[in-house]
Amino acid sequence: MPKRNSLWANIDWITVILFVTLMLLGWVNIYSSVFDQEHQSIFDTSQRYGKQLIWIGAALVIAFVILIIESNFYVFFSYIIYGTIILLLILVLFIGVEINGQTAWFMVGSFRIQPSEFGKFATALALANYMNTHGFKLQKLKSLAIVSLIILTPAALILLQNDTGSALVYFSFVLVLYREGLSGVVLFFGALMIVLFILSLVVSNLVLALILLGIALIAFFVLNPKFKQFLRIPVFYMASFLFLFIVNLILGKKYEISFLISIASVVGTLIVLGYSFRKRLKYFAIICYIFLGSIIFTFSVDYVFNNILGAHQQARINELLGIKSDPLGAGYNVNQSKIAIGSGGVWGKGFLNGTQTKFDFVPEQDTDFIFCTVGEEWGFAGSILVIGLFMIFLTRLIWLAERQRSGFSRIYGYSVAVILFFHFFVNIGMTIGIMPVIGIPLPFFSYGGSSLWSFTILLFIFIRLDASRYEKF
Amino acid sequence: MDIFSKRKYLVIAIFLAAGTVFLIKLFGLQVMDSKYKVSATNNVLREIVQYPARGLVYDRNGTLMVFNKPAYDLLITPREVEAFDTTAFCKLLEISKEELNAGIQKAREYSTYKPSILIKQIPPESFAYLQEQLYKFKGFHTQSRTLREYAHSSAAHVLGYVSEVNDNDINRDEYYKPGDYIGASGIEKTYENQLRGVKGIKKQLVDVHNRIQGSYLNGAEDIPAQIGKDIISTLDADLQIYAEQLFRNKRGGVVAIEPSTGEVLALVSAPTYDPGLLVGRVRGTNYNILLRDTLKPLFNRATQAKYPPGSTFKLINTLVGLETGAITTNSRFSCYGKSTTPIRCTHNHVSPADVVDAIRESCNPFLWNTFRATIRKYNSTAEGFNVWREYVASFGIGQILSSDFPNALSGNLPKESLYNGIYGSGRWSPLTIRSLAIGQGELGATPLQMANVAAAIANRGYYYPPHLIKEIENDTIPGSFKKRRNTKISPVNFEPIIEGMEQVVNGNLNATIGVPGLQMCGKTGTVENNQGSDHSVFTAFAPKENPKIAIFVYVENGVWGSRYAAPMASLMVEQYLNDTIAAKRKWVEKRMLDANLLNPNQPK
Repeated sequence: MPKRNSLWANIDWITVILFVTLMLLGWVNIYSSVFDQEHQSIFDTSQRYGKQLIWIGAALVIAFVILIIESNFYVFFSYIIYGTIILLLILVLFIGVEINGQTAWFMVGSFRIQPSEFGKFATALALANYMNTHGFKLQKLKSLAIVSLIILTPAALILLQNDTGSALVYFSFVLVLYREGLSGVVLFFGALMIVLFILSLVVSNLVLALILLGIALIAFFVLNPKFKQFLRIPVFYMASFLFLFIVNLILGKKYEISFLISIASVVGTLIVLGYSFRKRLKYFAIICYIFLGSIIFTFSVDYVFNNILGAHQQARINELLGIKSDPLGAGYNVNQSKIAIGSGGVWGKGFLNGTQTKFDFVPEQDTDFIFCTVGEEWGFAGSILVIGLFMIFLTRLIWLAERQRSGFSRIYGYSVAVILFFHFFVNIGMTIGIMPVIGIPLPFFSYGGSSLWSFTILLFIFIRLDASRYEKF
Repeated sequence: MDIFSKRKYLVIAIFLAAGTVFLIKLFGLQVMDSKYKVSATNNVLREIVQYPARGLVYDRNGTLMVFNKPAYDLLITPREVEAFDTTAFCKLLEISKEELNAGIQKAREYSTYKPSILIKQIPPESFAYLQEQLYKFKGFHTQSRTLREYAHSSAAHVLGYVSEVNDNDINRDEYYKPGDYIGASGIEKTYENQLRGVKGIKKQLVDVHNRIQGSYLNGAEDIPAQIGKDIISTLDADLQIYAEQLFRNKRGGVVAIEPSTGEVLALVSAPTYDPGLLVGRVRGTNYNILLRDTLKPLFNRATQAKYPPGSTFKLINTLVGLETGAITTNSRFSCYGKSTTPIRCTHNHVSPADVVDAIRESCNPFLWNTFRATIRKYNSTAEGFNVWREYVASFGIGQILSSDFPNALSGNLPKESLYNGIYGSGRWSPLTIRSLAIGQGELGATPLQMANVAAAIANRGYYYPPHLIKEIENDTIPGSFKKRRNTKISPVNFEPIIEGMEQVVNGNLNATIGVPGLQMCGKTGTVENNQGSDHSVFTAFAPKENPKIAIFVYVENGVWGSRYAAPMASLMVEQYLNDTIAAKRKWVEKRMLDANLLNPNQPK
């Protein structure tokens, strides 16, 4: 049977080996973080490492099943799978079990299943299918709208479950869209918004406005290096400020100076805008729009932060940015996590010798904070190993995706890579204090059946698609 | 074909950038920054303090005086407490339900995870039974401590007591933690650092809830507690106990010193108290009772009472007169008994009297003349007074004698400025300050200081700082104790004084204070007191040659020196030197033991 032979021959075994390696490393660390003298048997299913062993076995079965199914199946059934998962996501809101404030689980016997974990591959399938249809063009408004709908529907439903972390994962699809032709401007603005968001929380709005003004002026000068014209710009600002200042004096100092400066900068900008139009200066409009947009965004951040984010989210962001520190409260997890990782040193304390993780100092040590065990017991060397493995794994996935002849496979492959990357980035970033605490698992590492299986399905569909890369569909 | 294929580089770049950022941050956390390693150790290690037993205290003959007895603290870990039979529990511990609830509440406020002491210092008798029953009560456990125990319930003022540290102690010395014990007075206080030992540390791994998970590195880093050093005191337990017996129902003090070393053989402040009262759970209550006692048992009269030395001071004045050349052994002064001015003599004796006569008869007029001659030898009263004062001071009067008596007072040795203040500069004369001639007036000396004077006289001119410590296990006693201090009196001038002192004992007092076969030298004193009967004072040393004991006895309201102080001193000397009281002196002993002088007004 040549076809079957070619399946096993065409499977990218490097990826499979990386997958198994990560999974086993994860298990070793779960064993260590839950380990106690009384339950030493690795098959003790009353302990989490025992259970994780079952999940791993099941994951291997799932992987096998996925591989023996025809690759066309995933293409043809992509919408059906997507629709089913959407239905489950709706259903879980009504008949799901609430755990830790999240209505994210179905109880099947004594097992808990988290449908949101399976939303990722379903969305990736649907997205790959839709974007691969003939006549699809990201630049078309309709296409963009449907793509947004596909991505944001599960995200919104998951948000309704109160699982912000899992919902945020869907933002990672932006990178897939970028690869498929979304304007780089979107990434630029996305990055700009993140920078502005952080800056607006860290420095005062007025300072930020002045910084933005400075940047805008520099951009202006770089693009229009006529010094005489450029010199007029500050004059416009000064003039508008002086004017407002005098008006304010006449009114009897009704307004504060900072308010005047804000107004003056807007008025001055408008004047500069008009002047630029008259003189036909290049890019004036773009720079002004970006500047004004940034100002508005900056001022709206405070509102969003204070009124839309929950108290615990505010606390986590405050903690991350060092605005307010509360090592025993909101910052406890991250502080303990950093202590655990930091105490590992270069070579770590050795397998089973971690004291921080073993004695429950780090909460969620076998799920979201599993990287602490790596850092504590294997040290910087272990960190390099794990991060290095992920880097190899992720770039391997991109490389595989790029070698696909079908758009479907490529888009799906990118989706797999960016979803795994998002998890990797947020999870480890959180444990070492460069991301806010967002409770999402580290792929293949963290304890938990649902997440392990969903990542396995996500990955192996791609491996299956890749194995059929010479077929046409 | 695929115009966006180059975009893969940006995606990969983002991946690699994230990985690089992580590794840089992790390099900082794990390799560069050591603070997390420290935090981790603090997190996981709980240091459990091992309390050492305090050092023991022996007397000079090796008799054990202070030792330790075990006591147990009952600790509660509120989180681990399960519902229990409170009635049975209260009965077991002999506490009320309110006390129990208050204690549990307090513990809970401190921490629900960490153990805190619910009941302190349960004596071993109660503990044995408690431990049998404790299994019924989850969340309670015990820790052992040691408490002081006294072999003879004596020498309370010398030995001192141990109390729980206060905030001052904790702030002053970081060794102490709340709940620790510290020597609060006496030897316990002075030699706290030697007696306390060194607390040990047992390192144990704990989890985030402070529950013990096991020992750290199998105890490799544990520091065992070091038991406190034993101390051999200079006290003679037998003499001390005997002195306390003699002082029963009396107020006053006695200090006995070995002249050749300055070692204090006995130190009694009466009334005293049983040192065992200030141990354990009852300490607080008993302390308050003692504090309120009108007889002031906590007040250490031997080192803190500024008694006018009375006639015993005449020894010093005579010595100063001889040393300055104001008088010689041939000098005689007339005494007209009760009609002598400016100070009359209450005794009937030969006249004119020489130095020996004057000491034997305690002749006030002789002393007045000597004092006046001493001061008049110099150009001005002030100069003469200052010379006199220096001589007196060389006996240790007006000074803290040694570091062994932390609360001792320096007494009063008036200064020129005092009289200048009262009378005006140049407007006072020997006559103005004549009370000093007979050891009264502005003078105030503690029994410790006067015993030291007796030792200096016994030594014919020098003394060693009186001290309470003979040896410290594996340690040295302060060097100052071995440093001889000379008085400003030449040895030869002591002879007539000592001759007089010998005659005091061998004279008409011999019936009550003469110890057969013992050459004792002494001097009585009667200190005027206008709030009751006069005080009875006696200073002595024995034997005359190579003295083994110098003693000063002060009996408040003892009427006159020979009535109580002298016989008591003689009994103590006899007890110390002969280890027994001669049969023919038993009646004296009985009289002294039976005397009750707590009423300040005694029949003449």
